[in-house]
Order: sequence, then C-alpha cells, then structure tokens
Amino acid sequence: MANAKKIYNFMGIRKLALAFSLILVLGSIVALAVNGLKFGLDFTGGSLVEIGYEQQADLEQVRSRLQEEGFADVTVQTFGSPRDVLIRLQADHDPKLGDKVLGALQSDTDQVLELRRNEFVGSQVGEELREQGGLGMLLALFMIMVYLAFRFQLKFSLGAVIALVHDVVIVLGFFSLLGIEFDLTVLAAVLAVIGYSLNDTIVVYDRIRENFRIMRKEDAIEVLNASLSQTLSRTLMTSITTLLVLVALFYFGGEMIHGFAIALLVGVLIGTYSSMYVAANALLALKVTRDDLLPPRKEEGEEAEELP
Amino acid sequence: MLNRYPLWKNLLILLVLAIAGLYAAPNLYPDDYAVQISGTRTTQVDDGTLTRIESALKAAGIQVKGAEMQEEGMALVRLPNSDAQLAAKEAIADQLGSEYVVALNLAPTTPAWLDDIGAGPMKLGLDLRGGVHFLLEVDMAQAVGQRLDVYVSEIKAKLREEKLRYRVVEHLDDGRLAIRFVDTDTRDAASGLLLRTYQEFLVDSDEVDGEAWLYVNLTEQTIREIEDYAIKQNLTTLRNRVNELGVAEPLVQRQGRNRIVVQLPGVQDAAAAKRIIGKTANLEFRLEAGPDASRADTEIYGFRNNADRKATLEKDVIITGSSVSNAQAAFDENGMPQVSITLDAKGGQMMSRVTRNAIQRSMAVLFVEHKQRTLVQTIDGERVEKRIPYTEKGIISLATIQSTLGNSFRITGLDSAQESSELALLLRAGALAAPIYFVEERTVGPSLGAENIKLGTLSVQIGFALVLCFMLIYYKVFGLLANVALTLNLVLLVAVMSLLSATLTLPGIAGIVLTVGMAVDANVLIFERIKEELRNGLPVQSAIHSGFSRAFTTILDANITTLIAAVILFAMGTGPVKGFAVTLSVGILTSMFTALLVTRALVNLVYGGRTLKKVMI
Repeated sequence: MANAKKIYNFMGIRKLALAFSLILVLGSIVALAVNGLKFGLDFTGGSLVEIGYEQQADLEQVRSRLQEEGFADVTVQTFGSPRDVLIRLQADHDPKLGDKVLGALQSDTDQVLELRRNEFVGSQVGEELREQGGLGMLLALFMIMVYLAFRFQLKFSLGAVIALVHDVVIVLGFFSLLGIEFDLTVLAAVLAVIGYSLNDTIVVYDRIRENFRIMRKEDAIEVLNASLSQTLSRTLMTSITTLLVLVALFYFGGEMIHGFAIALLVGVLIGTYSSMYVAANALLALKVTRDDLLPPRKEEGEEAEELP
Repeated sequence: MLNRYPLWKNLLILLVLAIAGLYAAPNLYPDDYAVQISGTRTTQVDDGTLTRIESALKAAGIQVKGAEMQEEGMALVRLPNSDAQLAAKEAIADQLGSEYVVALNLAPTTPAWLDDIGAGPMKLGLDLRGGVHFLLEVDMAQAVGQRLDVYVSEIKAKLREEKLRYRVVEHLDDGRLAIRFVDTDTRDAASGLLLRTYQEFLVDSDEVDGEAWLYVNLTEQTIREIEDYAIKQNLTTLRNRVNELGVAEPLVQRQGRNRIVVQLPGVQDAAAAKRIIGKTANLEFRLEAGPDASRADTEIYGFRNNADRKATLEKDVIITGSSVSNAQAAFDENGMPQVSITLDAKGGQMMSRVTRNAIQRSMAVLFVEHKQRTLVQTIDGERVEKRIPYTEKGIISLATIQSTLGNSFRITGLDSAQESSELALLLRAGALAAPIYFVEERTVGPSLGAENIKLGTLSVQIGFALVLCFMLIYYKVFGLLANVALTLNLVLLVAVMSLLSATLTLPGIAGIVLTVGMAVDANVLIFERIKEELRNGLPVQSAIHSGFSRAFTTILDANITTLIAAVILFAMGTGPVKGFAVTLSVGILTSMFTALLVTRALVNLVYGGRTLKKVMI
C-alpha cells in the first residue's frame, strides 16, 4: 500500500481561482443589478391559476379567451407538460377567481379541464416574505460565523462566511441570468446550499487545523495543499452522492420542485469548489498562521477517548 | 484494538431500531377513503345514528369497508374508493339532514396493536393531500372603531342618566371620541364621571371658540385588549364556521399579531369554503323611525332586493346578530325561504322590552356586510395596494310588530334558499368581531396532491437506489454496511416524523431526498479516514478504530452548522418550507446516529475481534 497519498499543488493555481471566483461573483452581481431576480408569486403577490388539460393546450387560444373575458394583465405559460397551463394575474383577491378562469376556458374547449391549483398572495405578505427571507439568510450566516469563531477561530469563521456569500451570490446570479423563477422553495434550497457548502468547508478546515498542529515545519501553503489533498476524495464522494439524488429530484420530482433542484445542483457544484478554493484562499488572504491555532484547545488523545 | 461493542451497546442500538421500525410501520398501511359524521350543538351521534347511516348506504347500494363509532361522538364510514366516498357523503347527508355534519376524510388503517402504542402515519401537508390554505388579516382599526361606537351609545346613556347635558358625542377619524357640552361646569362634572366609570379612558378637556369639549382616548393597553379580543372572537367564529362546513381535521390558528391561518385539507368545494369563511355578514334589528323623529337620530336605507324602495330607520340598534343563539333555514307557508331565529336570554329581554312599547310600529331587519375595495395605484413606479373597507347595509324585511316579540321569531324577505341557509349558518357560527381580509390563499386540487406524492416517492426511490449502488461499488463491504445504515436512517427518519406528528410536504420530501444524499457523508468521512490510516501503515483494527474516532469531531461540527441553517429555516419559514426544514433537521440528527453508532456496530460485528491483514475498502 502506498505510504502517503499524493499531495496536489492546489494552491498553485490560487490566483487563477481567485480570478475565476471574482468573475463569477461580479458577473452575478451585474446580472442581479441588471436583470434582478424573477420573483415568484410568493414574493411579488398576485394570483395564479393552474389548469390541467386532457391534451396539449393552445396557449394563444387561452390568452385570447381570457382577454375576451376581461382578465387584464395575464401571463400564460405551460408548467412542466404542455397539458398544464399556468395563468398569472395581477388581480385582487377573488374567492371565485379559479372557478371563473376555469369556466371561461371550459366554454372554449371540448376537453374536460381541471382546476389543479389556485394561489393568491397579497402584496403585503409577499413583501414580508421577501424581507423575512433576506433576514433569515443573514441570520443564518451570522449564527454560523459565531459558532465557527467559537469552535475554530475568527479567521476561519470569516473565511467560511466569505465562501458562503460567494456561493449564495453565484446561485442567485445564476437564477437571475437564466431568469428562473425565485420562490419560497428556491429560498429554502439556497439556505440548504449554505448548509451543504458549510459542511464541506468545515471538513476542509478541520483538516487544516489538524495539519497545522502536526506539520510544524511546513508553511501555510503546504499545509493547505496537504489538507485539501487528504480531503479530496471525501469532498468528491459526498458531492457525487448528493448530486446523484439531486439529479433524481430534478428529473423525477415534478415541476413544482424544479427550481429547488436547480438551486441545489448549482449550489453543490459551487459549494464544492468554494470549500477548496475560496475558503482555503481566504485563509491565506487573512494570513492564517500556526499561532492562530495555539494553544490547542484539546489534546488529540482526549478526543479519541470520548468516542463511541 | 478489538473493535467490539459491549453487548449492552449492541442491544441498545437494536432496541432503538426496533422501536423506530414499529413507529415507522403505520406509514406502510394506505389510508382509507372515509366519511366522518359528527353532531352539531343540538344533536349527537350514537349507535342509532350509525344504524340509520348503514341502512341509508345499503339503500343507495354503496359498498362499505366498515362503519364504526369513534371517540368524541363521531362516526366513521370507510369506503373502497373516492367515487364511493363522494356517493356515500351525499347519501348520508340526505338521510341525516342538516342537523349533522358530514365530512370527507382519509382514515388511517393503522392496526389496533400499533395504534395502542401511539403509533400513526405521518401527516400529509396540503400540497400532498389537496386542500385550501388561507391567511386572513383582521382589520384592527375597525375592531377598535366598533368598540368606540359602542362607547358612544354608552356614554350618551350615562350622561343622560346623570342629567349632564351634552350637545354632541362623536367618534373622530383619528380614533378619539369628542363630546361637546353646554358649559364648562357640566363638562368638568362629566369628565370626573367618565374617569370614575371607565378606567380605560384618557380624558382631555379643551375649549374651542367658547365651546366646552371633552376628548376621550383609549389607553394603549385597552387597545391591545380589544385587538386580542377581536382575534380570539374571530378564531372562535371561524372555527364554528369551519365545523359547520364539515371539514375533517381543519386548522384555525393565530399567526402573529393580527393574522389567522385556516387550513382545510381535502376540501372538495373550495369556493363554498371561501364564501363562508370570508363573509362578515351580520344582522341588525332596528325600529322604523316615527314621523316626528329628528334627522340626527335616523338613517335611510334601501331594500336589498329593490334598491328603489327606501325606509327611514332609527339609529339605535335593538340587537345585532351576536345575540342570536340558534338559527335554522326553512321555508314559510308560501315556499319562500325564511330563517327561524332564537335569541339568547339577554337579546330576548332587549327585544321584548323594545317591542312591548312599539306595537303597531314597524321593525326592520338590516343585512350588514363588510366589504372592501382594492385600489391599485402606481406611486414612484411601485405598485401600492390600498384597501378601502366599506359597509353595505340593506333592509331584508320591514314588518309591523303585531305583539311583543320574545326570544324566538322568524325573518323573511330573503332571495334564495342558498341565502337563507348561509345566513342561518353565519348566525349560528357567530359574527366576526372585526372584518377580515384574505391576504394569502393556496388551493391544491386533490389530483395534483396525489401526483406530488407519486413524483416525490419516485425521486426518493431513484435517488436512494443511485446512492446505494454508488456506495457499494466504491466502498465494497464497507459500502454495503453504509447502505444498511442509510436504509435504517430512512426508517428512523420516518419514525421520528411520525412520532412528532410532523407534517410531510413536497419540499419535505425534497428534504428527505437531500438527506439521503448527504447522510452518507459521515460514513464517507469515516471510510476515507480509515483508508488514510491504512495507507499510513496502521494495522487494520487500529485503522478502523482511529478512522471512526478522528472523524467524529469533523462530523459533529459539520452537522451542527447545517442544523443551524435548518433551524433558522424552520423559524422563519411557512407551510411547505417549514416541512423542508423539519425533514432536514431530523435527517441530520438521525444520520448522525446511524452513521456513527449503527455503522460502527456493523463494522464491529463484521471485522471486530479478529486479526485481519486486509480489508476491502
């Protein structure tokens, strides 16, 4: 058996990685500034009606029919399959809206239509959800920073949060650029991305901390390279298993969960990259040294004892 | 390094897994379509009712899987499919009439022995089961305003009683009451009187152009109390209405300071539900004004079914719909819809006191409905919605009082049978203390719900299978052990969800899928560590031991931080998103148990206590 695993010179391309990250983050910010996010009903407020057709629906016909019936400001699109029609209206709350739309369309076709879904979100509620979502994200980042500062050290905690912000901005940028709808479930996915990416970062950091204590002679770059190399197969393994289930979710989970799966797919890819390049790079930028981790909080031997 | 667990530890793990298996088991039994029958205030479901139900179903030729009495005086009829369920509901409702509430439901088929230990299946959220979700906002300004109106009449009566002469008592738009007196002495006396009588008043004196004014403000605490009362009253009313609708397992709950959530799973007629829930209809009984009544004390109203016809009514209200203790819709001798009303004791007294002195005068029944108009304006490019509440009042009947009215009488003049039965329902359920507005509504059709379950389950199965294959190929024997642990993790996750009666939503299923992917992480960390230790030349048993122990802190830190994100998601999320946070958090905890303890126990069983030269990893 090989004595020690090969050590890759990860940090050798750290400037390139930095440039790559900067381009992605700046690109995302520009996309967000220009396009904004295409907020879903949850955040904008308004009404939505989903109608199930037996056969492929003619969107043009649906549109003109609704216009005739006096529904103003209507967007019509298919949802998942050509038999599912999603209709968005900037209408005031009307308890009979779903049935009215259904009735209007039913009178125009021989197919038996079905009212699958009907949603209304008041504009005030939408605004509140938006605020709450942003607040939740900031709170999550802050709490994580506090926990890491306590468990590791301030520089590590800053590094991890930089990596997380990097991931979140890029996922948001991706949604903005492709104009994918951003709703509550996508927000949940973004928070899950925070959780996932953090998980990765902590595994790497844990190894860096350990190696700083063992590798007394090497400099920071060498310690980072060794740590990243040692955790590489784990990082890849976990990313692969997670990506596998996400692909399953993307293809088989149905339309309502699509945005969620996309956000996580992008997030897991970026999170894997950022735990290696952004989180570790940030430590270098923050000039982490062995002294930051001294005195050791616990002897290795003790840790082993308390295990199951 | 023997890598053996003491017997008690193995047994403990087995015990936990066995219990988990038991509590997860109810989810394997599919729910029955069912019809649930419960009594109303005047009726009760007993064995006799059950016999009537059974014979009605037999007469209608509907196949039944079983009929049983349940606790809390409810009967449950189980049916083979949803068509039979709908037919059975009709048949039972026809047989029992409006005195009973007949609702569609899904009944768990948990075997009795599992039921006895408190095991039951997970609850399904509205997005999986179909149903309606409403978020309602209570109009607090109106709630306070209504109370102030009551104070106006009380103050007038009080001042009259004490012979303190006033000119005007009015309710200002800024939420204050203003009273003008004939002179300052009377005002000062009144000020003292009001302060003595009402602790909740803040009273200010003022003189404008020589007129003696008194301004009454409510204390902040009183306003809070009024708001709390309004919410509680509305909650009760909404619960009554929902019960009258016949919905099984409804949820009516306060959310925040001024909002109420209503969830009606599996409701078939969503439109009717919305109509009944949002309605703020009430009745007012008033005398028609006499010919010599002053203009200030009267108001003119049109008739509901004929806007051209008008009548002048006294401003004073005898009683409102809140004094009604029971109301039933029926038809009069001419086949016109009517509502028979029974008043509570206090309402009955008021009614007889007023009508005794008003024989041969006319009494009007006024139908009051709070509505709102929404104005959408664009200010600085931003859409701003402004709600303008308004009240619609129309006379539904004006009849001569023939004799003193007691606490029971009938009202006529309604448009249709639907209107009379809805009015009766609304009067029975009680009026809303303050108007409510829909601020959010989500209706999911039952077929979409079923589809969501199907797709969700499919993606869990496929994701799970992919991960199992991958782990097996990459880690061989250890992969197999991790797979066993992963399977047990799913069982444990389902068991904990069922035990907590947590609600499973579509994003919740996504959370389970994600947990499957991420749960192997702990095992991957351990296995990679073992590989590394082997590479460093450690003997097999030591490598296994140190692999598990050194990965522990990493696993702990990584999971706790993910848990932080999940808990925050739970705290700020609503509905489906909350479901995601729940499965994610529970999944993190159970995966730590299975990855650390169960995998270790398995590895110990397979490799422990032996001298090994090589392992397949």
